[in-house]
Amino acid sequence: MTSPTATPAATGLKAGSVLEIRDLHVTVGDGDDAKEILRGVDLTVRGGETHAIMGPNGSGKSTLAYSIAGHPKYTITGGTVTLDGEDVLAMTVDERARAGLFLAMQYPVEVPGVSVSNFLRTAATAVTGEAPKLRTWVKDVRTEMAALEMDSAFAERNVNEGFSGGEKKRHEILQMRLLKPKMAILDETDSGLDVDALRIVSEGVNRAKADSPVGVLLITHYTRILRYIKPDFVHVFVAGRVVEEGGPELAQKLEDEGYAAYVKDSAEQAATEKTALEATQQ
Amino acid sequence: MSSNDTSNDTSNTAELDTADLSTAELAHEEKAALAAELFAPGVGAQAGPPTTPATATGSAGDTPPGAHSHGGPVLTGQPVPTGSPAERFTSTDPDAFPKPTGREEEWRFTPLRRARQLLDGAPSDARLQVESDLPEGAVLTSVEAGDPLLKGLPEPVDRLAALTRQRSNGATVLRIAKEAVLDRPVTLRLSGTGAEDVVWGQLVVEVGAFAQATVVLDHAGLAKYSGGAAFLLGDGAQLTVVSVQEWAPGTVHGGQYDSVVGRDASLKQIVVTLGGDLVRLVSNVSYTGTGGQADLYGLYFADETQHQEHRLWVDHATPNCRSNVVYKGALQGEQAHSVWIGDVRIRPAATGTETYELNRNLVLTDGARADSVPNLEIETGEIVSAGHASATGRFDDEQLFYLCSRGIDAETARRLVVRGFFADVVQHIGIPELQDRLMRTIEVRLGALPELDEQPVEVG
Ligand SMILES: Nc1ncnc2c1ncn2[C@@H]1O[C@H](COP(=O)(O)OP(=O)(O)O)[C@@H](O)[C@H]1O
Ligand SMILES: [Mg+2]
Repeated sequence: MTSPTATPAATGLKAGSVLEIRDLHVTVGDGDDAKEILRGVDLTVRGGETHAIMGPNGSGKSTLAYSIAGHPKYTITGGTVTLDGEDVLAMTVDERARAGLFLAMQYPVEVPGVSVSNFLRTAATAVTGEAPKLRTWVKDVRTEMAALEMDSAFAERNVNEGFSGGEKKRHEILQMRLLKPKMAILDETDSGLDVDALRIVSEGVNRAKADSPVGVLLITHYTRILRYIKPDFVHVFVAGRVVEEGGPELAQKLEDEGYAAYVKDSAEQAATEKTALEATQQ
Repeated sequence: MSSNDTSNDTSNTAELDTADLSTAELAHEEKAALAAELFAPGVGAQAGPPTTPATATGSAGDTPPGAHSHGGPVLTGQPVPTGSPAERFTSTDPDAFPKPTGREEEWRFTPLRRARQLLDGAPSDARLQVESDLPEGAVLTSVEAGDPLLKGLPEPVDRLAALTRQRSNGATVLRIAKEAVLDRPVTLRLSGTGAEDVVWGQLVVEVGAFAQATVVLDHAGLAKYSGGAAFLLGDGAQLTVVSVQEWAPGTVHGGQYDSVVGRDASLKQIVVTLGGDLVRLVSNVSYTGTGGQADLYGLYFADETQHQEHRLWVDHATPNCRSNVVYKGALQGEQAHSVWIGDVRIRPAATGTETYELNRNLVLTDGARADSVPNLEIETGEIVSAGHASATGRFDDEQLFYLCSRGIDAETARRLVVRGFFADVVQHIGIPELQDRLMRTIEVRLGALPELDEQPVEVG
């Protein structure tokens, strides 16, 4: 992005991929314990755009992220997710990643006995379809690790094992840089980071945006990260739905007023729906 | 005092047992009195931690652990009744133990029929073939039965161990000179040459004060073998012991490993059991002074019909010592059976103790059975931390999801996770060639695992 007017969002020029989420309904739990968490999510993210999803704790933001990535814990009960027209929901987890989706997790998982370097290379090989050339690969990894201010000894550690919160998030962004996805979902990548780490991690995301027309779905609870990563759109997410959408100015409104009004509206709406439902059942 | 949260265990567990334990504090004087009674050196067979040498054994100028007393009146003669029901019976006399019937706590998991030949205890002159690599500073020698060195060793805890002590008729002794820092590991390659006669063996490894050594016991071949080993660490000594069981099918291997950790000494023990029909190893650790450390790592991989049993007993009887137990095992095949018993005892005198034990079993196929029994007894409230966790289950869904979400296919992800599961323990050995060899063996065995491809793709 060289100037604001040249952004794909602003010009409407086709720049890469489109992720389309339509009326997505998701439950967790089985049988009688099944609980609907996503209640009809609609969202379109184009390559080059950055969408911030902001919502209170428990509103279903991680559920949305995991559902797109294909975590087995979540059951899709309705709706569609497509990437460039392809049915994402029909793909296995690894196929989704190879199709160009990437999820930076809120809580990255420890994998004992698997070194970061082995993991990264295996992942890169899987995503690109061939083993990366050793020399350029080592250089790429080193360069990006240095940019993320990660010690090179890091590569020999086991994946996420004993990592601090900040190290885990840097490691997630390192993967984003190396795997070069078309769509990146960043689930609270900012939470638990001090100001320095937040800046370093944000710069990593901005480098990815500068290098390729990646679409970014930036999930966050706070507005803080939006000072470093500028969103084109802001969506307010409450009780499993997008309840308001706008431009960056919406973030400022949330900063000033919080989620209270939305949460109240949403509760009232849910109550109305429940009454309506009961009425039809009688 | 802080406590240790052991419940942040993310694996997919069939059984999850965690503990966050501490006990009421005893009055200080009361503890001190109890301690003096309990832990004086030279107390009788049934009391206290594994007994330690009451006198120096005069070996190679080393300071064997236990040659010095650490507080408390020196009692000699009569055993002191401790009143604790958890006290272990120990004796050098095989007949002091009843013949195992399978109902005894220490034998209830073991397939006694397979152990029969060992438990019958017939004398034998059969030996394992020994090939040794001895760096400078390490001396291999032997002592006759009745040598004072043997009298001072921790006593056998079961009939097989007592038989072994008696039948082995002396011992092989490895001495690491005081302050020696070995430039490479001591390797004893112990090969079985047949299963007709039982091989009885006893090894004593004496590590002089402030010495640093790694000792590898590399078991292979076919044998019916019962081998005791005692590792005596002088003050400030650092010893890594690696015991590899890559036995041929048909092998039965029993053994009691006793480690006596001196003041500020540190022991790292890595037990890797891959081969043999039946392997049953009892590892005991005691401390003779303050500041001792013991890291006990174990790895086992039980296939069809293999029985692999590891029993641990860490006895904290002195202040400010640390122990850490990590045993991981994988099982495949309907009859595969592993047993892990982890006993940790923190006696009243062992204030400032820090201990953690973990057993994790990965069940690769239906029908395999992993028994896991952690047991933590704490008799003082003044500890740093104490915890244990035991988990037995299938693949960890979260780990597989994480790998797959990076484009790695489910089959490769499973291999990475299992390989990592093993590598996690193997990498503590610190000898690259041996690590590579063990990982290759494991990979070959994983390759011969058709079920791995057929496992339901839970992250699909
Ligand atoms: N596995 C699960 N089982 C039961 N409830 C769950 C599970 N995962 C999430 N939830 C519930 O779903 C709701 C949304 O959770 P989540 O998506 O993590 O929200 P957010 O990321 O916005 O904080 C919460 O009420 C949470 O308790
Ligand atoms: Mg969340």
